[in-house]
Amino acid sequence: MTTTQQTPPAAKEREQKPPEEQSWRGLFEEDPDREISRATTIRLKEDSRKLLGELLRPYRKLIWLLVAIVIVENGARLAVPYLVHLGIDNGIPPILAGKGSQQLITIVIAVFAAALLQAWARQIFLMRSGRLGQTILLGLRKRVFDHFQRLSPAFHDRFTSGRVISRLTSDVQVIDEMLASGFDSLVTAVLTLVGTSIILLTLDVKLGLLALLSFPALLVLTAWFRKRSAVVYRQTREAVVLVIVHFVESMTGIRAVQAFRREPRNEEIFHGVNDRYRKANLESFRLNAVFMPAIKGVGNITIVAILAYGGYQAYHGHVTVGVLTAFLLYLRQFFEPLQDITQFYNTFLSASAALEKLSGVLNETPDVPEPIEPAKPRKARGHLELRNVRFEYVDGVPVLPGLQLDVPAGQTLALVGTTGAGKTTIAKLVARFYDPTGGHLLLDGVDLRDLSEDDLRERVVMVTQENFLFTGSVADNIRFGKPDATMEEVVEAAKVIGAHDFISALPNGYETAVEKRGSRLSAGQRQLVAFARAFLADPAVLILDEATSSLDIPSERLIQRALKTILADRTAIVIAHRLSTVETADRVLVLEHGRIIEDGSPDDLITHDGHYAGLHQAWEDSLA
Amino acid sequence: MPSEHAVTAPSIAAPTTRVPERSRNLWRLRPYLKPHRWRLAVMFSTAMLGVGVSLTVPLVTRSIIDGPVTRHELSMLVPLALLALGLSIAEVILVWMRRWAQSRTVSDLEATLRHDLYVRLQSLPMEFHTRWQSGQLLSRVTTDLSTIRRFMGFGLLFLVMNILQLIVVTILLLQLYWPLGLVVLVAAVPVVMVSLKFEKKYLRISRKVQDQQGDLATRIEESALGFRVIKAFGRRPHVQRQFDDEATTLYDTEVEKVRLASRFWSFLGVIPNLTLVIVLLLGALAAGRQAITLGTLVAFITLMLSLVWPVTSLGAILAMAQESMTAADRISEILDTYSVIKSGPEELTNARGHLRFEHVGFRFSDDSTEVLHDINLDLTPGTTLALVGATGSGKTTLTALVPRLYDVTAGRITIDGHDIRDLSLVSLRSAVASAFDDPTLFSMSVRENLTLGRPDASDADVQQALEVAQAQFANDLPWGLETRVGEQGMSLSGGQRQRLALARAVLARPAVLVLDDTLSALDVHTEALVEEALQNVLADTTGIVVAHRASTVMLADKVALLQDGTITHVGTHQELLATVPEYRHLLAAEEEEVHA
Repeated sequence: MTTTQQTPPAAKEREQKPPEEQSWRGLFEEDPDREISRATTIRLKEDSRKLLGELLRPYRKLIWLLVAIVIVENGARLAVPYLVHLGIDNGIPPILAGKGSQQLITIVIAVFAAALLQAWARQIFLMRSGRLGQTILLGLRKRVFDHFQRLSPAFHDRFTSGRVISRLTSDVQVIDEMLASGFDSLVTAVLTLVGTSIILLTLDVKLGLLALLSFPALLVLTAWFRKRSAVVYRQTREAVVLVIVHFVESMTGIRAVQAFRREPRNEEIFHGVNDRYRKANLESFRLNAVFMPAIKGVGNITIVAILAYGGYQAYHGHVTVGVLTAFLLYLRQFFEPLQDITQFYNTFLSASAALEKLSGVLNETPDVPEPIEPAKPRKARGHLELRNVRFEYVDGVPVLPGLQLDVPAGQTLALVGTTGAGKTTIAKLVARFYDPTGGHLLLDGVDLRDLSEDDLRERVVMVTQENFLFTGSVADNIRFGKPDATMEEVVEAAKVIGAHDFISALPNGYETAVEKRGSRLSAGQRQLVAFARAFLADPAVLILDEATSSLDIPSERLIQRALKTILADRTAIVIAHRLSTVETADRVLVLEHGRIIEDGSPDDLITHDGHYAGLHQAWEDSLA
Repeated sequence: MPSEHAVTAPSIAAPTTRVPERSRNLWRLRPYLKPHRWRLAVMFSTAMLGVGVSLTVPLVTRSIIDGPVTRHELSMLVPLALLALGLSIAEVILVWMRRWAQSRTVSDLEATLRHDLYVRLQSLPMEFHTRWQSGQLLSRVTTDLSTIRRFMGFGLLFLVMNILQLIVVTILLLQLYWPLGLVVLVAAVPVVMVSLKFEKKYLRISRKVQDQQGDLATRIEESALGFRVIKAFGRRPHVQRQFDDEATTLYDTEVEKVRLASRFWSFLGVIPNLTLVIVLLLGALAAGRQAITLGTLVAFITLMLSLVWPVTSLGAILAMAQESMTAADRISEILDTYSVIKSGPEELTNARGHLRFEHVGFRFSDDSTEVLHDINLDLTPGTTLALVGATGSGKTTLTALVPRLYDVTAGRITIDGHDIRDLSLVSLRSAVASAFDDPTLFSMSVRENLTLGRPDASDADVQQALEVAQAQFANDLPWGLETRVGEQGMSLSGGQRQRLALARAVLARPAVLVLDDTLSALDVHTEALVEEALQNVLADTTGIVVAHRASTVMLADKVALLQDGTITHVGTHQELLATVPEYRHLLAAEEEEVHA
């Protein structure tokens, strides 16, 4: 509905997809996540950096503390080989010379202290950084969730619920992984690299320089790896998305899958996407299979070189055995963390992609913003006014070209017209799911855009065909309309709506859990619960958009009886295909292409030879 | 009633609450490694050779220190250095071979397992799927599978290698200088003990984290799908609070997990260093007494430090093992669930569509009350039956019994005289097509969505079906019938989706057509057109039409009234209207209401 309808770049789409997918997957404009220009990419990168900064800023002090701790830890760790060198070079000669083991014992105590210090620092670091990571994650989760809830329904229509879910689950998860393991291994690798280089040069300049000769090789290797793995990473991500989409749809649509024997074809399609994912994974593993031994090779050759040259130097007495030992121990520590970098890099890539997506979401400004200085409305009466209201989903194609409408407080207004006449659009504008592109909507004289979210929702409630039920009991779902309602109020609302009988008949009555979005209840029962929910909310303006279409006749009649009571002292806008519902209204508007073509009470309109009279006749006939 | 169909309550696993069965569930996955046994052999042999090679290097180092350096035998330096170089390069090649073999093994393992899970899940009955959120299933085929893949490919290998390395190095150390070797051996005792204790706690907590992540995911799913309702009632703060609470609970558990892990890992890290302290002390003293050479001491320390990684990572690997056991448990919940709806041996050819319900009853496996009981119906080929009943009277359940989305728990249903449980599912479900009240469209082309039930349908067939369902709008979509619809494609209105779902059912050309309140979202005008077209389709098809409106009832030859889980009246619309007050109550209410 909100998608652009211009001629699509179909050929381009085809090129991008492997041939086996084309036929079943169909054509659609590119994923909004993917089709982004270079400029946007740069902006996204900046935004995600900004977001990272914002997330970390409150914990600056703690982060500095963590940095200090991790330096202490690495210092202690790096001190150990040096102390071993001292032990061998300075501790043993006195003993050999019979001068006692005083020096050796001092050195051994130092090693002991270093070991304890390292363990202590490591524990503190792991604990503190782990908790910090989780705190940041919690903040991020809350923030993104809150932001999604603030965005307009128009945004949600465009963005789709699947993406909302994956932003809040898998993307956050990836950042979790990065915070949990990535930070630690990156810091350790960097500190080891720098610390070891310094120590090696201090111990012996020549040997140190020889060891540092491995640097260019490492740089070249790492640069190559980064480039390749970025490519492989993207392939993997694209493949996994297809796997997930196909999987989730097969499971949510399992009823249709089984009823239409879709299983073999689904299996075939799943095999295709799954295999593509497998190949991408394989490539990524093989990349590591080359990179890791290559790094190790550089390390091993360096160690052998040090051993040969160091041995030669020791032969001439230029270096001691202790120094040589220390070198060998340091080099071992030097190359090991580099192997972790492969893993870290993938985590880093996923996390930065996830962060970009999340910052993209957080940058979406609600297109139906809350007023900065909300008006302070008097007690709600429900007088609704539409002044020259214009609305277009697509630029230049107005759905409402300029609507004038005055609904006095307490009136029940029914909207009639064919699909596309603009009925639902009016409902969505009054509920402020959208803002008009021109003109004003006023409730009791106040522009809807000036009402705070709380004031607006307290006054205007819309019930649609999508009678969504949340996990919890039936009572919880009714209470959704008024979270602080007592059990008596809940039961009372159900009674007024006529839902009490079936609810009482459920295994646990009002406390019966609605399973998986209410699948144990029929569509009509779910709708009754949704009505009870709206009734409990007690708004001044109630909008019913096709709300009765899935009800059977007795339920609808019950609802209609209830509606008479419910609507008596409030303004209502009712959209229904069933004229039985329309007939209960005080006033009927017949719409065509966003214009009012008939306006009057149902009885009046029947007597005129207009559109409504025609519809009514057709309906009478259908009742037979 | 045929006795060969045992009427037992089907066992459908509930999502949580199963006691983890330790390694058994992981072990059962071993057939998945079987096709890769040669690769596994390469992996393990290169891994062991690699350990051997990497242990030889310190011994060469000892020779260099004791020979050329200490005893000034310069001539030995070059051969020894070349030996070290050769060994180092061999080690690199071995690592490469191992990883290369491993890459293929683990990516295949994961993909095959995922494929099998998918196939199993597709075969499981509706009763299973109504209980499991798709999010829970998804986490099993993504997160859990990667956990298992990581362990099988990486963790398991290193577990074996590290233990091997520990043993070999300890023996080497004992040979080099046994008192020091003994020290190292003693140091291993606390490591093993703490590891075992940690293992237990970690298993429990990682399961808890996974469950809470699942809960949070469900909350997120609902907030996204129920967004309009939340918005319409202005319940953002309420929903946000619920989310925050659950996110905080997850946070607490995660922090608990972090605390446990941080203690364990720093403990594992400190042990080798403390051992080093003792080794250095005793070793230096021994070297001072000339009980060992300097070269031996250096080799000893190098070797001992080569244990640091295997010992420290033991914790991570054990954690990985725990996580993968948990993951295997969760996967086993699916692998242990079998479809109770089994395909029968008989094929139905040229189905005429004679549909009979004989004393049919149904109840859900976890609920003792019968939803349906003693249903008897006889629909001769070509008859259309309208099913009328109050909200919640079990109409949808009744229709779901025909294509065996649920199985009857009493009595039997026959088509052309065959018990539907004796028919193959393929032939049954080819003979029966349904359109549901909440139509599902997949993220595929319109054509693919329409031809679900008949992949070989011609363009003319498709167009004809679209016409019957008044769904010609599909041709006007941006890419026509190739347009992708569904969640990942073009969004359609409820009425549009219903019409496509109807076209899909009609296109299948079934012998039995089930329409479950398929026209509810259509406006009066469109509904009339659809009904007119359906008349022709239903003329030579057996039909069951769930009806809420008199207009829909008019499609049928006769009407059955469903009350309190059974059919109380069958007759024509006029007959029932005239004689059954309950029926009047259900279908004639409008007239009463309007003209009263």
